[in-house]
Amino acid sequence: MNVSFRNRTPKHRETLWGWGLMVPTLLGLFFFTVGPFLVAIYISFTSWSLFQGPVWVGLANYKKMFHDPLFWTSWWNTAVYTGFSVPLSMIIGLGIAVLLNRKLRGMAFFRVLFFAPMTIGVVASGLLWAWMFSPQYGLLNYIFHFVGLGPFRWLTSASTCLMSIIIVGVWRALGFTIVIFLAGLQSIPEALYDAAAVDGAGGWRKFRHITIPMLSPTIFFSTLIGVIMSFQVFEQTYVMTQGGPGNSTLTIIYFIYQNGFSYLRMGYASAVSVSFLLVIVMGTTLLLRFQDRLVHYEN
Amino acid sequence: MRTKPELESKKLEFNQSGKKISDSQARTKFGKQLITGSVYLLLILVALVVIFPIIWMVLTSFKLEGEVQVYPPTILPKAWSLSAYRNVFKLYPFWLFLLNSFLISIAVTVGTLISSSMAAFSLVHLRFRGREVIFLAILGTLMVPFAATMVPIFIEMAKVHWLNTWYPLIVPAFLGNAYGIFLLRQLFRGIPRELGEAAKLDGCGPLRILCFIYVPLSKSAFAALGVVTFINSWNNMLAPLIFVNDRNKMPVSVGLAYLNGQGSSIWSWIMAASTVSVVPLLLMYAIGQKYVVMGMTMTERNK
Repeated sequence: MNVSFRNRTPKHRETLWGWGLMVPTLLGLFFFTVGPFLVAIYISFTSWSLFQGPVWVGLANYKKMFHDPLFWTSWWNTAVYTGFSVPLSMIIGLGIAVLLNRKLRGMAFFRVLFFAPMTIGVVASGLLWAWMFSPQYGLLNYIFHFVGLGPFRWLTSASTCLMSIIIVGVWRALGFTIVIFLAGLQSIPEALYDAAAVDGAGGWRKFRHITIPMLSPTIFFSTLIGVIMSFQVFEQTYVMTQGGPGNSTLTIIYFIYQNGFSYLRMGYASAVSVSFLLVIVMGTTLLLRFQDRLVHYEN
Repeated sequence: MRTKPELESKKLEFNQSGKKISDSQARTKFGKQLITGSVYLLLILVALVVIFPIIWMVLTSFKLEGEVQVYPPTILPKAWSLSAYRNVFKLYPFWLFLLNSFLISIAVTVGTLISSSMAAFSLVHLRFRGREVIFLAILGTLMVPFAATMVPIFIEMAKVHWLNTWYPLIVPAFLGNAYGIFLLRQLFRGIPRELGEAAKLDGCGPLRILCFIYVPLSKSAFAALGVVTFINSWNNMLAPLIFVNDRNKMPVSVGLAYLNGQGSSIWSWIMAASTVSVVPLLLMYAIGQKYVVMGMTMTERNK
């Protein structure tokens, strides 16, 4: 390939190489992200069952969606899941990271332990927690029995089911937030704390006025990633509850999956996908725009 | 002038209780030991909460079928038995699931490394018109999760008759991965341009500059990206669930869900299957934990 470029100007050649090395990525953008994104918008205006070709139905899918209580239920469940699992894993993660951020022996070992749940898959962790949650023979009810609580019905009751899924989510994300926050904490210059100590600042004030602002970029980005990730919660509900009981763990991706692949309503599933994309894109853009106000950057 | 240990002890006291303890008190050896001791105690407690579910999974897998249906549950198996493992491998093509996962994940990892390094190199080292636009487009795709476009991709795959094959899982990896491009871009940016320029004067083309200068200089990033890609691919479940229905082509993630979906499955079997599916990952993590942590947190840290 190089030979054919030889007689061209160097600048020209660099352009060709630049685009050339991008070819796989551009194909990927076309066939697996941007293309499908646009196609999803088109399909959302059609009725399509895979066997019967697309029929243009205008806004019918969207009208149906806004009147579909299950659509709102699945958004609500997704929001509740996100609203609990993200802050919980952040707060607990930050607390543990603060504890770990000192030069005691064995810290590396604890770090390895805390990160382990991240590596085992969502399916396996969903299953092992389903077993822990078992109302009859599960370990959790047995433990709670000792402190005089329970027995809880966990995954088998509509009122505790989503909470149980949130516990699994926090358990998995915890290691990640701990490691992220640890890295953030270690990058805070010691001198800042020393200066504050000279000025007579106590522990809480140091935490509030040094640790939190210095960590704010880390907090911001792990919130952003955490929210985007937990909006996509699917595997847990698929293996643990199948969306039940009584749709109490029906999440938005599960709803899309169900409509698209169980009922083969491609048009309707696409309309819901478009709502999902809109929320993610708008949410991310808004958060990034307000970043300057929320986050303290040095210099 | 304060000495370093003293400053550390000051940090310790505030972290521990949130309120200030007087200096003289903190300076005593006993107080310091007390704080260290309670920190360790707390850490062990948290570690137990985090790790015990995994241990519980392994313990359960060694129990006999009858023992998982008693209350109160036994902590250690009364008799360590391989019966659950035997049944899982007898009733399900579990070796095949594992082999499938392994082959798919290797292919996905290789594809991601090749395509991401090409794109990242192009973004960092080459100057050409349209570069910023491409970069923004890649940035944008981070916001479009697979789940949101799975319906059109499914239709697309049906049209090209790729359903029930591994192509929908493997081919996208060879066509760039936004996360991988970012990770490598961060590292490539730290490599002095002059190295590449010098090689160019010696007659090296861009491909050779990428292979012989950029890649060797960012070995740890490749290791990190490789390990994380492998783990994520191994754990990926939604895509194979949609695209692969044939039991003999399933990766272990879907195989596990499938096994769980069979009403006849007993908890000790499910835990045995889960343990088997997790062991390769835990081994990998144990060997390359540095790279796993690095890969999973890298893009995060370099914002």
